[in-house]
Formats: sequence, C-alpha cells, structure tokens
Amino acid sequence: MERKEWPLWEVFIRSRNGLDHKHCGSVHAPDATMALQMARDVYTRRLEGVSIWVVRASDIVAADPDAKPELFDPAEDKIYRHPTFYQLPEEVNHM
Amino acid sequence: MTQQDTATPEHVEYVLRLGDNALILGQRLSEWCGRAPVLEEDLALANMALDLIGQARLLLSHAGKLEGKGRDEDQMAFLRVERDYRNLTLAEVPNEDFGRTTVRNFLFSAFQVLLWEKLGRSSDAELAAIAAKSLKEARYHLTHAAEWAIRLGDGTEVSHQKAQAALDYLWPYTAELFVASPTDDAIAAAGIGPAWSELEAAWEASVLPVLAEATLVVPARTPFKSFGKFGRHSEHMGHLLATMQYMQRTYPGATW
Repeated sequence: MERKEWPLWEVFIRSRNGLDHKHCGSVHAPDATMALQMARDVYTRRLEGVSIWVVRASDIVAADPDAKPELFDPAEDKIYRHPTFYQLPEEVNHM
Repeated sequence: MTQQDTATPEHVEYVLRLGDNALILGQRLSEWCGRAPVLEEDLALANMALDLIGQARLLLSHAGKLEGKGRDEDQMAFLRVERDYRNLTLAEVPNEDFGRTTVRNFLFSAFQVLLWEKLGRSSDAELAAIAAKSLKEARYHLTHAAEWAIRLGDGTEVSHQKAQAALDYLWPYTAELFVASPTDDAIAAAGIGPAWSELEAAWEASVLPVLAEATLVVPARTPFKSFGKFGRHSEHMGHLLATMQYMQRTYPGATW
C-alpha cells in the first residue's frame, strides 16, 4: 500500500559563520524547497542559525547499531591515540 | 515630536490602514495555532501571525502618536469600534480551510511586499523604518504562501478544487485594494507613500504568473466592491472583534 505521508528530512543548522552545520532535528515536507522553509520555521525562530541544510532522511547511510562491538569497541583500549600524552609548549596549550 | 503637530487626518488614516491590515490578518492567522494540518505549518502560520502582530504594534503606536490624542497601541488595537478599523475586507474574512488561508496569505503578502518596498522611501521616517523591517518579513510570507499555492493548485484533485474555490471566493475582495480615495491622493502628494491604485499592475505581475503555475483560473472582475478600508466591514468583522477585544473590554487596562 502506498503511504501518502510526506518524507522525513533531517535538518542541519549552522549557528554562526565559521562553525559547522550541526544536526538539530527533522521535519516532514513534501519536497526539498518546502523542507527548507519548514526547517526555517521550526528551527530558526530564536536566531539559531545563518544557514540551513536539509537532507532526505532516507538518503543518509547509517552504521548498523548491531555492529557496535566490531566497529567501535576495538578503539577502547587504544588511549595512546589521544594527543593527551604530548607536552605542549605553554604558548599553544589552549589549542 | 514635530510630526505630532503636523500630521494630517489622511496621514493617520493611511497608517491605520497599514496597521489594521496587519492586526486583523494576524488575528485571523493566530486562529490556526494548534490546528494546522501539520506541526511544521502550525509553526509557520504562528510565525507569520506574530510577524504581522509585531508590525501592527509598531504601526498602531505610530498612528496613535500621529493622531495626538494620547492613544497607545493597546487602545488602538482593542478599544476602537468596528467602523473605526481601516483594514481591507480581504484580511477579515474567515480562514475557512488551509486552502483559503494560503491563497489569502499569498494575495495579501504580494500586496504588502509592494507597499513596504515603496514605503521604505517614505517622507515619514518612522514609517520608512517600519517598512524596512516589515519588508523582509513580507517577502518570506510571500515566498512561503506562493510555494504552497502552487502545490495546492497543482496538487491533487481535492487540493486543486479547494484552492480554486478559495481563489473564486477571495478574488472579488482584491478589487478593494486598488480603489482610489482622497486619502491616497493626499498621501502620494505628500511623498508619504504610494496611492494604492498605482500598485495594481505590479501586483498583478506578481500574482498572476504564480496562479498560472498553480493551474488556478483567475475569475473575471465583477462590479462587486468591498469597503473595509473605508470602515465598512463584512458581517465577519464583529465576531472577530468580539473575540479579539474581549480581554481588554472585560478587564480594562489589564497587563501581565
């Protein structure tokens, strides 16, 4: 049976120039143009953003949640990959 | 403030028209709050209502100052009688359904965009500032309503039929936008703003291509004229005012 519901769009907002777009939620909309307008009306009412991206949720390829053990657990015991062991000069210590 | 001493009755009248259009359509759109077809559009309509009520506050405060009788925005908005409101009848007719609401927003926003563009160069500095702020809002309202009008008109059989019924109902009320009046003549001569009758060609150039894309048929003009901007309103206005004015009339001067 054909579902007559609008597709879901994931919304990404850039809060200021120079920052990254961050995922902030989703909207239902019939097409891309309306999705942008819906996102504007739902997610930027309090000056949250200067730029909006919308992506059809079905176009996002996501990692399988059931594959967590093999995908992410192996990194657990490799703390040497963090840069915290390096002594930084005072001048760059706040990078 | 020098304007206070020099404002003509036409000047007050003209600003009241602008303010009352924003107020009354803002009131109508706020009726959608919590009732729109989808959550996203509920917020969009509430946003537009808030934009319009924000414009109304600035315009009615300004009209009150020009009038020089010490009336503030609340007194202007809530304590006048029906005949003193100067909004277009187009703004006060009921929402009916999402189709009519959308088509009205489209027809009205297209007109407001033209007005604010011209009023940005008003000799009334306060009005010019309000116009500059409001233009951005109206442009978004127009974009949003136009996109919807196209999708409803050129959508399903039912959405097309409802959008066409909305246009058939609303179109006769748009004649009022361009009815000439001595107020308009005086305002144009003073460089305060355009005579609304001058905007008809530009308005049609703005709305007709979108209606065509929406596959909607524009009805022929008839002799029918509405006269809301002259204070003669439809039977719907009294009900709208009763709802809108209830709080101030029941609890005069109430604040929160």
